[in-house]
Amino acid sequence: MADLADLIGQFNNVTYVVLMMIGFYAMTGKRNLVKKLVGMNIFQWSIILFVVSLSAKRDATIPIVLEGDGGGALPALEAAQYVNPLPQVLMLTAIVVGVAITGVALALLLRIYKRYGTLEEDQLLERIRLTG
Amino acid sequence: MSSNQSALPVIIVLTPLLISFVLPVLGWWRRAAVFPTALAALAVSFGASLAAAHRVSTHGPIRYYMGGWEPPWGIELHIDGLSALMLLLIGFVTVMVGVYSKRSVLREIPSREVPFYSVYLLLVGGLAGLVSTADMFNLYVFLEIVSLTSYALVSIGGGPAVVSAFRYVILGTVGAAFYLLSVAYLYSVTGTLNMADLATILPALYDSNAVLVGFAFFVIGMSIKMALFPMHAWLPGAYSNAPSAVSALIAGTTTKVAAYVLIRVMFFVFEPSFSIEQIPVTALLAWMGAIAMVLGSVMAIAQTNLKRMLAYSSVAQIGYIVLGVGLANTAGFTGSVLHLVNHAVMKGGLFLVAGAIVYQTGTRDIRQFARLSVTMPWTAAAFTTFAFAMIGIPPTGGFFSKLYLILGAIDAGQWVFVFVIVLSSVLALTYLMNVIRYMYFATPASPAPPADLRKPEPGQPLPASMLVPMLVTAVGIVLLGLFNGEIVARFIDPVIPASLVR
Amino acid sequence: MKPGERDIIIRTVCRLLVPFVQLFGLYVIMHGHSSPGGGFQGGVIIASSFILLAMGDGYDEVKRRFSLGALTATTSAGVLLYAGLGVVCLMLGANYLDYAALPVSAARSVGMLLIEIAVGITVTAAIISIFHDLVTFE
Repeated sequence: MADLADLIGQFNNVTYVVLMMIGFYAMTGKRNLVKKLVGMNIFQWSIILFVVSLSAKRDATIPIVLEGDGGGALPALEAAQYVNPLPQVLMLTAIVVGVAITGVALALLLRIYKRYGTLEEDQLLERIRLTG
Repeated sequence: MSSNQSALPVIIVLTPLLISFVLPVLGWWRRAAVFPTALAALAVSFGASLAAAHRVSTHGPIRYYMGGWEPPWGIELHIDGLSALMLLLIGFVTVMVGVYSKRSVLREIPSREVPFYSVYLLLVGGLAGLVSTADMFNLYVFLEIVSLTSYALVSIGGGPAVVSAFRYVILGTVGAAFYLLSVAYLYSVTGTLNMADLATILPALYDSNAVLVGFAFFVIGMSIKMALFPMHAWLPGAYSNAPSAVSALIAGTTTKVAAYVLIRVMFFVFEPSFSIEQIPVTALLAWMGAIAMVLGSVMAIAQTNLKRMLAYSSVAQIGYIVLGVGLANTAGFTGSVLHLVNHAVMKGGLFLVAGAIVYQTGTRDIRQFARLSVTMPWTAAAFTTFAFAMIGIPPTGGFFSKLYLILGAIDAGQWVFVFVIVLSSVLALTYLMNVIRYMYFATPASPAPPADLRKPEPGQPLPASMLVPMLVTAVGIVLLGLFNGEIVARFIDPVIPASLVR
Repeated sequence: MKPGERDIIIRTVCRLLVPFVQLFGLYVIMHGHSSPGGGFQGGVIIASSFILLAMGDGYDEVKRRFSLGALTATTSAGVLLYAGLGVVCLMLGANYLDYAALPVSAARSVGMLLIEIAVGITVTAAIISIFHDLVTFE
């Protein structure tokens, strides 16, 4: 039973694995290209969620120092009182990357639809085979 | 500030990135100025790479702290021998394809010239940044820049290229997401992202589950990006349907930098003993490489479309590089890095030849190549040179990298791999000699299937801007063979990790 | 209501909301250093104000105010501002993007604020151009 308690204590791991598998199933199991794209999105976002959850600490506050006059010496800070800001900042960049990938993939899907008239994978492969 | 010897890394990475964003405005104002500006930016970056390589081989590694923050708090650009060699390779390939692309782009994608060069420069900047950085997350950002721009460049051809690009998007993003996950796991137990810092903190943590899982995700992610069998499904479609200049560019760079990332993290961030004893990835990689070598060559023999054949051949050659990594001794490491450089030049050159043939004759079917040695003699000669290099005939570069790999396999006592290397070379001989046979010896007897691109004007010779890069690349691969001792001594020997067995 | 014309309630509400959304976006950009926010988030909020206008009045209204050429130029301008700031720091003798070299008081803070504004400009234009691609489907 200690394993189940471990698992519930680390529910961020469980959550991200479940989301990742949902995304993975959508990427491989669905035939519509837009659904594959949504699956890829869920896949990426689950990883970002996991990394942001790494920054949490018990009874910690936001990592912003309010006193200090912008040039003077700051009082000594206790790192354990503040949430770790680095994973959150890194994941901002990763979110931007994810948005860019989604934008590129959507533009590709528009061109596929304009050229072949369908977004279902089996019909698409058929039409590519016919028109080359 | 004392370790910052020069601002060369910034010049190499920043010039293409900046000019890439100047080009759309310039193109709207005066379209004819776009190509010279792009070529000038590539030339500046290549020149700075040459200066950096010279400096690294005489003074030692260059370290540059971005924003003035010292590592491990800041992002550091660190150019050692391996990075300098990769920068030279990237500069050479991108300048050659840049010169070549002028007429090729005009023929194949005439209305999209300005966005093509803008995205091209962004790709070059991303590549340069990827091999210079010493920060794990910064590497992810540059990896995504490279990936996104290569998706866009592959899709710029239209038609089946767009579907291949979409498949490449899905698979490539999965690979990069796995890399991000591995960085997250490593960060969660060590608290740092700097590569040198990780290398000092990690050995104490080699038993923890997070490090093992992180490493596993890293290897899988990079294998997808490198198109290591069995995760190569995106490569044949992307390479064969993309425009010719794009095929040459991404064949010479994107898969190679993914292999570079694998080497960098496996041997420089993790101790080599981790990959050999703790979690026997090297044995797995060696076998995957061997299978890729054989299966890729076998699939290549079955193709009649020249570009598709070259794509499957790339799958096989990636197997060589991964086999060298998997052998995990100094000869294997040297052979792997040397083959990385050689294959980039060889495969880039082969795709340039394929593009030239498409430009002149309009077809990619090798059965239509009869009498090509008469109508396009220089192109056929260049193809023969590259074919000899691929098979491994001295004095071209391909012979020496395969020699190092065979020596590495013998050092490791694995005679199976010696046999596989020789077998794969024989298979490469088969499919390349098949094309040479059609070019030099066959007669145009078979009825022509419809050509798949617009027919050019007959009787016109190949333009110089396409011929010269091809010939320079062919001379390059011979020079790489003749000077391989110099390259190994200057760039590879100083960086071999000390704990790698002989 | 003529076919193709939007309901007057939707049009009016969208038009009324747009300036408030943009003001909030600017607030998010400016206060990125001490509250949740920053360049990317504020940029997306300002872009969403344009999308709101497109939903209320049709995309032609947005195209009238912010054409495709202007979008491309704005994207480039933001990136060039960011990189140019780094080059200015390089010229002043310090490392690339080392804001402490700027000759103003509280130099690092001013440098970061300018970077956030540059990012906001680029992200706004980029998101609107993605929306443009999705809407103008010829």
